[in-house]
Amino acid sequence: MKYLCLVYLEQQKLHAVPDRECAACGAGLRESGVLVAAEALEPVETATTVRIRNGKVSVTDGPFAETKEQLAGFYLIDARDLNEAIQVAAKIPPAREGSVEVRPVRELRP
Amino acid sequence: MAVVAIDPVLETVNAVYLSDSRRVLATLIRLLGDFDVAEEALHDAFRAALEQWPGEGVPANPRAWLVSTGRFKAIDGMRRRARFDALDDVGSKADVAVIDAGAWADEESVEDDRLRLIFTCCHPALSPDAQVALTLREVCGLTTEEIGRAFLTPAPTLAQRIVRAKSKIRDARIPYQVPTQAELPERLDAVLRVIYLVFNEGYAASSGASVTRHDLSAEAIRLGRLLVKLLPEPEAVGLLALMLLHESRRAARMSASGELILLDEQDRSRWNRDQIAEGIRLVEQALAGRRAGPYAIQAAIAAVHAEASSAKATDWEEIVGLYDALLRAAPSPVIELNRAVALAMRDGPAAGLDVIDGILARGDLLDYRLAHAARADLCRRLGRTADARASYERALELTRQEPERRFLERRLGELST
Repeated sequence: MKYLCLVYLEQQKLHAVPDRECAACGAGLRESGVLVAAEALEPVETATTVRIRNGKVSVTDGPFAETKEQLAGFYLIDARDLNEAIQVAAKIPPAREGSVEVRPVRELRP
Repeated sequence: MAVVAIDPVLETVNAVYLSDSRRVLATLIRLLGDFDVAEEALHDAFRAALEQWPGEGVPANPRAWLVSTGRFKAIDGMRRRARFDALDDVGSKADVAVIDAGAWADEESVEDDRLRLIFTCCHPALSPDAQVALTLREVCGLTTEEIGRAFLTPAPTLAQRIVRAKSKIRDARIPYQVPTQAELPERLDAVLRVIYLVFNEGYAASSGASVTRHDLSAEAIRLGRLLVKLLPEPEAVGLLALMLLHESRRAARMSASGELILLDEQDRSRWNRDQIAEGIRLVEQALAGRRAGPYAIQAAIAAVHAEASSAKATDWEEIVGLYDALLRAAPSPVIELNRAVALAMRDGPAAGLDVIDGILARGDLLDYRLAHAARADLCRRLGRTADARASYERALELTRQEPERRFLERRLGELST
């Protein structure tokens, strides 16, 4: 079953974990076969929000809502169950600085 | 299930339901992989027992019969639905259940199922409220109405909490497993917390007219016994001891008119000696290991009280020492407060008051009613009436318990005379 591990960090902690360490974590997870994809994200100031309202595309600056922590990256993993997903999430280095939300992936119904 | 016992077979069905329905459910959840499907299968199995046992006789092993009948009915139902709905995943789930069929019979795996159920209901990915509700519903077999009454929560709210928890177990795939040795300490803590919370809710309800809601405490002790039987970890033993030793004072902690009686004024001849003896035995067992955990130490403190003939005759030296150990194992302001009260008994009220004032000066426990009540009591004993009055009044503002409120008002009244 696939889980998306969403990494949240406060603005000033975005670079608290060295890139090198995150890369090593990703490589380790890839090797053990649980990793599907992982990326770090640019800060939320670079974000653009797109919506369609009344058939028209609306583009606005920034994220949808103001929050203390922002989405800083993600790991898409394939785990046996939630316990294994939690074990993987606990290995993600920014879990020390911020938080990791573990969400099961919903299969789209045909 | 309400069964009117009109003949011996029906009585047997009733007795088997009371003694074994939770075991059967725990195994069916493993075999069928879903709480709701398993609950339906459980009810189908008992319905079948009511229909068949009067004519065919009670099977040699009723529990095995119920598991296999429940499993068969669930699979049959899934296959029938699969044929109508042509849903592939339902069909494959049924096949998985058939493959697992041989595994349920032996005693060990059945006992493991009960542990699986406990650990799944107390999984940390579920909210604490949901853990409590789900454990009482699935492990103890209480109805949502009963849980709602005990926790002063509307039944629909509880039902929704349980439904949401079951959905999360299914959708996020919380496994039906006993934790590995590495995960055990943390996961066991969650289970013990749920059991102790249920006990305390019954022992000293945080609100409402009655301080005790006995059924919940009894249920928590039953759960504690079950856990100790299945998994005799020192802290599980310690928690059971702690609950029994508290429970032993139940008859003495409330007057006939419903007034709260504090430990030092209780009629100790009314303490339950059997529960004390069992509690002390368990404390010794829990402390036999290398490092005592917080539940075992708290139980040891309760045991020292239980062994004393009066508050005066209590070994306060020992109690202060145990609180020191408890503070090292699980530091918290509430434990510091309890230690201060013991210190006041050992070294006099001024010594205890110093510590309490230190805790409050740091900004801890400012909204904790018992901190102000304890401070008031020490000021009263020191003759500092104005300080005592101020602290009793603050405690009164914070309490939500009727008997506690009356107790504090009584003490406040005594001050002015």
